[in-house]
Amino acid sequence: MKEIRIHGRGGQGSVTAAELLSIAAFEDGKFSQAFPAFGVERRGAPVQAFTRISGAPVRVRSHIYEPNYVIVQDSTLIQSVDVVSGLKDDGILIINTTENPESFSHLNTMAKIYTVDATKVAIEIIGLPIVNTVLLGAFAAATGEVSVASIQKAVKDRFSGSVGEKNSEAIQKAYDLMKVKVE
Amino acid sequence: MSTNTVNPKDKSKMVVVEGSYATAHAVKTARPNVISAYPITPQTHIVEELSKMVANGEIPGCEYINVEAEFSAISALVGASAVGARTYSATTSQGLFLMHEALFNAAGMRFPIVMTVVNRAVSAPINIWNDQQDSISQRDAGWIQIYAEDTQEAADMVLQAYKIAEDKDVMLPVMVCMDGFILSHVYEPVILMDQKEADEFLPPYKPENILDPKNPKSFGALGDPSCYTEFRYSIEQAMDVALQKIEDVAEEFKQITGRYHGGLIDGYHLEDADVVLVSFGSLLGTMKDVVDDYRMRGEKVGILKIRSFRPFPVEAIRKALSSAKIICVIEKNISLGRKEGALFTELKSALYNTENTAPAIGYIVGLGGRDVLPRHIEEIIERTKTVLETGSIDSESSFNEVKEEFL
Repeated sequence: MKEIRIHGRGGQGSVTAAELLSIAAFEDGKFSQAFPAFGVERRGAPVQAFTRISGAPVRVRSHIYEPNYVIVQDSTLIQSVDVVSGLKDDGILIINTTENPESFSHLNTMAKIYTVDATKVAIEIIGLPIVNTVLLGAFAAATGEVSVASIQKAVKDRFSGSVGEKNSEAIQKAYDLMKVKVE
Repeated sequence: MSTNTVNPKDKSKMVVVEGSYATAHAVKTARPNVISAYPITPQTHIVEELSKMVANGEIPGCEYINVEAEFSAISALVGASAVGARTYSATTSQGLFLMHEALFNAAGMRFPIVMTVVNRAVSAPINIWNDQQDSISQRDAGWIQIYAEDTQEAADMVLQAYKIAEDKDVMLPVMVCMDGFILSHVYEPVILMDQKEADEFLPPYKPENILDPKNPKSFGALGDPSCYTEFRYSIEQAMDVALQKIEDVAEEFKQITGRYHGGLIDGYHLEDADVVLVSFGSLLGTMKDVVDDYRMRGEKVGILKIRSFRPFPVEAIRKALSSAKIICVIEKNISLGRKEGALFTELKSALYNTENTAPAIGYIVGLGGRDVLPRHIEEIIERTKTVLETGSIDSESSFNEVKEEFL
């Protein structure tokens, strides 16, 4: 079983990202589960959402404390939230930022760090700084846990018309950007 | 007894949706006539989805009544049920508490209302998170209460609930209880109820007694000391009938859909278990993973899943626990002043006056949404094993975790 923790701020769509990731993983033939770290919803406040991906039905219901993968939607969170808490040594941390991975070498983790400027991709293609779906494209490239096609399908099923199309294009762009870094 | 409610072989029929949606969809296939709810926090996506379905005409002939409070929500259903409507609502926490008085009316007048209770903690202090204090506190209202382990069971139970409630020898309202957030907000693979299967399973509601101007009757009129006892007695008799009906309906549901979640109870590695954990609701999923680990090591740990809390399946529990060497009840509620959860109290009372002398201990976990991890279950199992080995019970009922710094 692979466990993914998404850090974001209220309103950034972290919960939606976790849900779409679970739908995409299921589309790929795996079992999955997604849920938010239930909180009192406030726009801008730090939030977490979780996804589990497994070959068998997922029964465990607790939060995720030792993730294989962490996605950070807003790098300013790193100042106030221990985003690498419990992250496995052989895990992967994906941060939305303009910086290089070396800028985050102070983080207390052995995990591989990848950075991607998802905000730039989102503004260029979607026209809004909404990065939740974009980062899923980067996640697919960095981890190989889910296919980019399934993510695009899940997103287009959720958001119809041009919104879905633009998100899909942005997901592909982020996937391509990350693929280069991974290779 | 079954082991898992989700069968991997059914994967091709599954979709990944939110637990609340799966339940709303199941309600739709039950073809309700009246849905009433109060759409403010604490509420759920269930009624939000249903209001959309009704507005889109997806539930033919169904009226959605947007009321001003939960007391009105349940009262509207009492009125609708009195004229023969199939009715539904969903509520949670303080909303359920506001319904409290009318819950007794619904049961007393024998209206087969079905309501999903999304289990959440109750104030004070204000807490929106999951535990099961809300529905447990309605224990004596005369409602049948079934607790769901996962979103598939919560959805499937809606159909089963109508069939149990509307049985002419039962005629009691049913609460389908599902853990707030943990099940109501989770996305996981489920098989959405098929309309054809729903229609085959659940016939239209045709009550024998309704309010009808052409054939006047009274419901809930004065029951003076000469007859009040008999009204209460007849509800208890109906609960007795429900014990068998719950089992039968689960089997009928299995015949048509292939899905089975247990009857009054269910077991997981129960038959040969020395250490038996007893619980209900979504805790069971985490517990099953932990029990698998113990079984891998050859340790005889098993689970008794309680589905029906009312009626309480005394005979089934006695039989299921007949070979247990020690019993540990794990639950998310507390009867204040008794220092234990309601399930633990009930379970012990069911074993009194029997030959079962296995020691029993109880743990209160997960109050107000405190996360229950696999390691917590492991700690509880280890402490239970110690009681079995030493034969001495330090504390019959314990809180799994109390933070001294807050005391």
